[in-house]
Amino acid sequence: MKPARIVITGVGLTAPNGNNLAEFRQNLLAGVAGIERMEIRYMGSQLAGVCHYDPLKYQKKKEVRVGTRAGSISIYCAREALADSKVNFAALPKDRVGIYIGCTEHGNVETENEIFNISKFNYDTKFWSHYHNPRTVANNPAGETSLNLGITGPAYTIGAACAAGNMGLIHATQMLRLGEVDFALCGGVSESIHTFGIFAGFKSQNALATHDDPKKASRPFDKARNGIVISEGGCLYTLERLEDAQARGAKIYAEIAGYHVNSDASDYVLPNPVRQAECVRSAISRAGLTPRDIHLVNTHATATPLGDIQECEAIRAVFGEGCPDTYINNTKSFIGHCMGAAGALELAGNLPSFDDLTVHASINVDDLDPLCALPNLVLNQPRAVAKVDTLLNNSFGMLGINSALIVKRFHP
Amino acid sequence: MTKDECKKVVLDIIADIAPDEDLSNVKPEVRLRDQLQLDSMDFLDIVMELRKRHSIEVPEADYQQLASLDSCAEYLTPKFNALAAKG
Repeated sequence: MKPARIVITGVGLTAPNGNNLAEFRQNLLAGVAGIERMEIRYMGSQLAGVCHYDPLKYQKKKEVRVGTRAGSISIYCAREALADSKVNFAALPKDRVGIYIGCTEHGNVETENEIFNISKFNYDTKFWSHYHNPRTVANNPAGETSLNLGITGPAYTIGAACAAGNMGLIHATQMLRLGEVDFALCGGVSESIHTFGIFAGFKSQNALATHDDPKKASRPFDKARNGIVISEGGCLYTLERLEDAQARGAKIYAEIAGYHVNSDASDYVLPNPVRQAECVRSAISRAGLTPRDIHLVNTHATATPLGDIQECEAIRAVFGEGCPDTYINNTKSFIGHCMGAAGALELAGNLPSFDDLTVHASINVDDLDPLCALPNLVLNQPRAVAKVDTLLNNSFGMLGINSALIVKRFHP
Repeated sequence: MTKDECKKVVLDIIADIAPDEDLSNVKPEVRLRDQLQLDSMDFLDIVMELRKRHSIEVPEADYQQLASLDSCAEYLTPKFNALAAKG
C-alpha cells in the first residue's frame, strides 16, 4: 500500500528578520539580514539573531512569566500556523492533533538563570524556583503549546541537535501516515540566544562568528567566514493527509516528497560528508527522484571554516556537474543559525519559490571560498529561474545526525 | 509595619506574579483564590518572594495563613515586626 500523501497547509514563524512568512520572504529577497548585538551574561556584547514577535499576541502576561522563551515561540508559531491554515480549529477533535517540535537543546536557559539567581543568595538552594522542573523538561515547548491551545493529543519535542527542525516535519509525516493523529503542528524552535553556555561553547570551539558589522557576520561560503552566529527562532507547520486537506479546501503549500535521516558515527562535532551525501541520496531516491530533478538545495552551511567545505563536498558528490536545473542557496546568511528552528525556518523561506520562481541568495559572500564553489550557487542577489518544482532542505547536527527533507510542488 | 502596610507588600508581590489580574478591588476578607486566578504554584511564588524580598519564611504547615489578605496581614505582620526588631 502506498503511504498517505502528506501536505503542508499552514506556516507560522518568527525569524530574526520577520514574524510571518510574507515578511520573512520579502527580506530574504531584499537581502535584509536580521543579526544584531546582544548583551550575553558573563560574555558582554555578542552577535545574535533576535526575534521581535509580540509574545502577548497569543499569551497572557502570566503565561509569558511562568513559561519559557521556547514555549512562547512555539505558541506564537503554532497559533500563526493555525490561522494561516484557515482550519476550523474549534471543530478539530483535539485528541487527534499532534504537536511535534524539534529542539537542539532545552533547559539550559532556565538552569543558567536559576544558578545566577541563587548566586545572589550565597548559593542557598531554597531560593531555587519551583518552576525549574516544568520549565526545563525536554517536552516543555510542546507542552506549553498544548496548554495554550487545549490540544490533548500527543505533544512532545524531538531532540536532534541542529537537524531538529526537519525532524519535526519528518516525525509528523510519519505519525500522520501511521494514523496516530489527523492533524499535526510540527517544525522546530530555539531559545538558544538566552543561554551564555551556547555562546561560550562555540567560542571555546573557535566557532563563534565575529564581525564589526552584525549584518555581515553570518557569511557561509565566504573565504573570511569565521563561525556561527547564534540565533533564536521558530517555525511550525500544519501538516495534513492530502484527502483531509482537500476535503476542507485547504491551500496547499507543498507536498512532502521524501526524506532520510542517518548518523555519521564518526565524531562528536565534525561533520562527515560521506554520510551527508548518503543521507541526501537516500532522500532523493525515497522521493522517487534523481538528483537532476531537484531544483533547489537549501544548504545547512553554518559558516564554520570546515563545515561549509564538507557540505559542499557532499553536495558535489550527489549533484556533480550534471544537474543544470539545480540551484543552491543558504538562509543562515540572513538569520544566523536558529538551531532547532533552522531546518524548519529555512524550508519556509524557500517555499514561496514554487510561486515566484525565484531563488533567494546566500548573502555576505564578498570573496567566494573556492572550496565552496558549486555550480548554480546563488550568491548575493536572488535569481529568477525557469522551474522550481522540488526543494531539498539539508539540516545536520552535532553527534553526527543528518536529515534531508524534500518537498515538491503540489499536483493533484 | 501596620497590617495595611503588610497587605500592600502582599499585593505588590501578587501584582508581579499575576500581572493579568486587576488588583484594584481585592476584598481583604475573601480568599485570594476565590477572587483571583491563582493556583498552587502562584502561592509558592508568594512564599518565595516573601523569602527573597523580605527574608520572611513561611513553613508549609502555615500556607493556609496566606489564604486571604486579612489572614496574610494577621500572620505576616508580626513576622515583619519581629524581623525589624532584630534589626
